[in-house]
Amino acid sequence: MTWEQTENYDVLVIGGGCAALSAAITAREKGARVLVLEVAPKCSRAGNSRHTRNMRLAHETTFPPYTGAYPEEEMWENYLKATGGVGDLDLARKVVSGSSTVLEWMMDHGVRFQPAIAGTLHLGRTNAWFLGGGKAMMNSLYRSAEDLGVDIRYEAEVVDLDIRERRFHQATVLQGGTERIGVAATAVIAAAGGFQSNLTWMKEVWGPPADNFLIRGAPHDTGTVLKILLDKGVEAVGDPTQAHMVPIDARSPKVDGGIVTRLDCVTLGIVVNKSGKRFYDEGEDFWPMRYAIWGRLVAQQDDQIAYAFIDSKTIDKFMPSVFPALSGQTIAEVAEQFNLPVDVVTATVDDYNTAVQPGEFDHTVLDGCKTKDLDPPKSHWAQRIDEPPFYGYPLRPGVTFTYFGVKVNQHAAVIMEGAEPATNIFAAGEIMSGNILPKGYIGGIGLVIGNVFGRTAGEQAAAYVKTIQQAA
Amino acid sequence: MDNKELIAQGQQMMRICNSCRYCEGLCAVWRSMEYRREFAEGDLNYLANLCHDCSECYFACQYAPPHEWEINPPLTFARFRTYSYEKYAWPKPIASAFRANGLVVSLVTALALIGVVFGIVQVRGQGVMWKAVEGGNFYEIVSHNALVALFGVVGVLSVAVLAVGVGRFIKDINEKLSELLSPATLKMTLKETLALEYLDGGGWGCSYPDEKSSPVRRWLHHFTFYGFLLCLAATTVGFIYDFVFGWQAPYEYLSLPVVLGTLGGIGLLVGPGGLLFFKYRRNREITDENHSGMDSSFLVLLLLASVSGLLLLLLRETSALGILFAIHLGLVMSLFLTAPYSKFVHGVYRFLAIAKYALERKRTQATGG
Ligand SMILES: Cc1cc2nc3c(=O)[nH]c(=O)nc-3n(C[C@H](O)[C@H](O)[C@H](O)COP(=O)(O)OP(=O)(O)OC[C@H]3O[C@@H](n4cnc5c(N)ncnc54)[C@H](O)[C@@H]3O)c2cc1C
Repeated sequence: MTWEQTENYDVLVIGGGCAALSAAITAREKGARVLVLEVAPKCSRAGNSRHTRNMRLAHETTFPPYTGAYPEEEMWENYLKATGGVGDLDLARKVVSGSSTVLEWMMDHGVRFQPAIAGTLHLGRTNAWFLGGGKAMMNSLYRSAEDLGVDIRYEAEVVDLDIRERRFHQATVLQGGTERIGVAATAVIAAAGGFQSNLTWMKEVWGPPADNFLIRGAPHDTGTVLKILLDKGVEAVGDPTQAHMVPIDARSPKVDGGIVTRLDCVTLGIVVNKSGKRFYDEGEDFWPMRYAIWGRLVAQQDDQIAYAFIDSKTIDKFMPSVFPALSGQTIAEVAEQFNLPVDVVTATVDDYNTAVQPGEFDHTVLDGCKTKDLDPPKSHWAQRIDEPPFYGYPLRPGVTFTYFGVKVNQHAAVIMEGAEPATNIFAAGEIMSGNILPKGYIGGIGLVIGNVFGRTAGEQAAAYVKTIQQAA
Repeated sequence: MDNKELIAQGQQMMRICNSCRYCEGLCAVWRSMEYRREFAEGDLNYLANLCHDCSECYFACQYAPPHEWEINPPLTFARFRTYSYEKYAWPKPIASAFRANGLVVSLVTALALIGVVFGIVQVRGQGVMWKAVEGGNFYEIVSHNALVALFGVVGVLSVAVLAVGVGRFIKDINEKLSELLSPATLKMTLKETLALEYLDGGGWGCSYPDEKSSPVRRWLHHFTFYGFLLCLAATTVGFIYDFVFGWQAPYEYLSLPVVLGTLGGIGLLVGPGGLLFFKYRRNREITDENHSGMDSSFLVLLLLASVSGLLLLLLRETSALGILFAIHLGLVMSLFLTAPYSKFVHGVYRFLAIAKYALERKRTQATGG
């Protein structure tokens, strides 16, 4: 390994996702010389942000791409309901009210939008959808940053930060996996995501079950920077075992499977565990309200696995998923392919079928189809599973991101142990989302946290650079 | 890659794409995909021919290489197009011309050139090649009747072979010609085809020549297509002048056939020239080598036909008339001859694919789907 001459920038941005680019662009527009360090190679840049599809943004009027107004107060209510209001409400308010400025900012930086895509959980009113998805959105932000003169370096992993007396001095960067470079900067912005792809860390927190978790997002979000900051005296926020987790197809890749691995058929059938028994009310509420709960439920089952069963009535009633269902003319035939106890599964389905009450099935409302005298019950969309062929999907917990992070204030400055903010260290995005989401989630808010706090961090870092330059 | 593998790869890709749907706003392919849950071979051939090869989806794809799923729609669809062109072409032994298309088209062109020159020399003697003719009258080189006979025969043959292909394509994609060309559908299809509606990445142009979106490709295609159409119009007007009014070529510089032909020729300089120029600046990962040879040979042929035609017009009163005329004739002859076995066919299948997409939309509206 070689140690190259130290370089010098005004603002150093660590990470290459939505939060990082929002910060870098803003700092550059405020006149700072900015360097972005992204650990991934160019072709795999942009972390979890490249897997996204929309942003939840408050807006007062109906105009494209939205199908209706979504007032700030409604978004605030949604946020409170989803999280139980246990986050830092000042910071959360900043995100919710800042969300109304995000669309324009994104469009000014080349991001393109479209109406909600087919079959997507009725998000056309509340969420703005990217034309071509999150990677296209990130491509636009990268292009905009390049045009503005932001320097971007790929395969550049930050492996150490020199932080003394609440002040950042220099970062150690491993370039291309071999070469060590020191980069000094007047201010630093940490936007390097959560730690969900760090399987060792996940196992420390979760124990052996973590071995059976699948990681939906980018392999590069390993929490290196989060760990360094915590080691250097930055205060932590949130609980390391809190993560956004949804049930996904067990056959998915270990990491980076993204959006297509989700399975939206739980509410249409029943779900059994490894012993062939049901364990939770599949029809409790609409799927978008319940999928995060189901991720944790599956994580609590033996071997962190579960199996969804449906029949031919419902096989085409949900968004197609990436792997074909296993099918058979009887439930037993399907159960056998999963190596499940065939008799138990058959009995479970029989008991369920017997308990199903007559009703008018309607998947678009909380219908009256439910079970009677069944434990656990199925309270909506309960139809008999009796029309062959039968289908089954294996489910595992799929981790979207972790909530554990660094504590920040309104200015996106990280808080050091002892409650003092750092002088020149800022954080944005998933690395600090735990301030706002200690638990619970509403779809499309992750990017908003990244953009709102990224822009604040960029502004604050650039302003700090100015004060230093003026003093000199 | 053999056909089974290709089809399996296409099905795997569509399964992933249909679960994702992020590209829905980019073009017709992705919206049409959503009408399906399963993808038979005919569906894949249809979608591949609906694809305008703009590659916006590739650069937007979170599953593009190096992701382990290696999703690459422009490349996969290019392979399917080559595969389907061959599948629909008749007769079978010649259909394989699509596999090394660049070579085949070049060879046919060379043969056509030699044939035409040789034929003229045989009939009219060597001298005619380097002799200035009063007013640039090229019928002195090849008689009017010989020209009509030659292009009549080749034209009818080509159209017949293309018709076989159309029949096979329609069967493969499970449609009826009467429905595809019904007045309402035809109107919609013409509008979308002539405007190249699906070559604009959802409104911002396509990734061309690199990953940045731009309208350049659409413009170059317009130059090519409308240039071709103008040349066709020039020939048709000339034909009418001759047969209906008895006005014999060559015509004045400012006469209708010459103006149309000149404009068309310029279109065919700019369009194919530009497309060729950018072709080699395009991202390698999305290029199918096989398909690329087919593209290039077709573009080169159009370009050469245009250059030779314009030169002929400029130099028709000089002693270069004979040789230029022979060359132009040979090139145009090659275009006609290879039409059913060259990139030319994409226009026919693309048009029908767009018609099917129009039908599909009408059907889902009808069922409220
Ligand atoms: C499948 C999926 C779908 C999602 N859909 C949505 C959605 O539709 N809407 C929404 O709002 N949210 C969505 N989310 C959540 C969303 O992705 C995140 O909230 C958001 O992208 C976080 O942005 P970020 O910039 O903080 O982190 P990331 O985008 O993950 O960026 C972190 C960056 O840091 C880099 N990095 C990590 N370590 C280092 C290091 N040591 N040195 C240098 N660089 C480093 C990484 O390579 C990466 O570029 C989704 C997540 C997933 C997994």
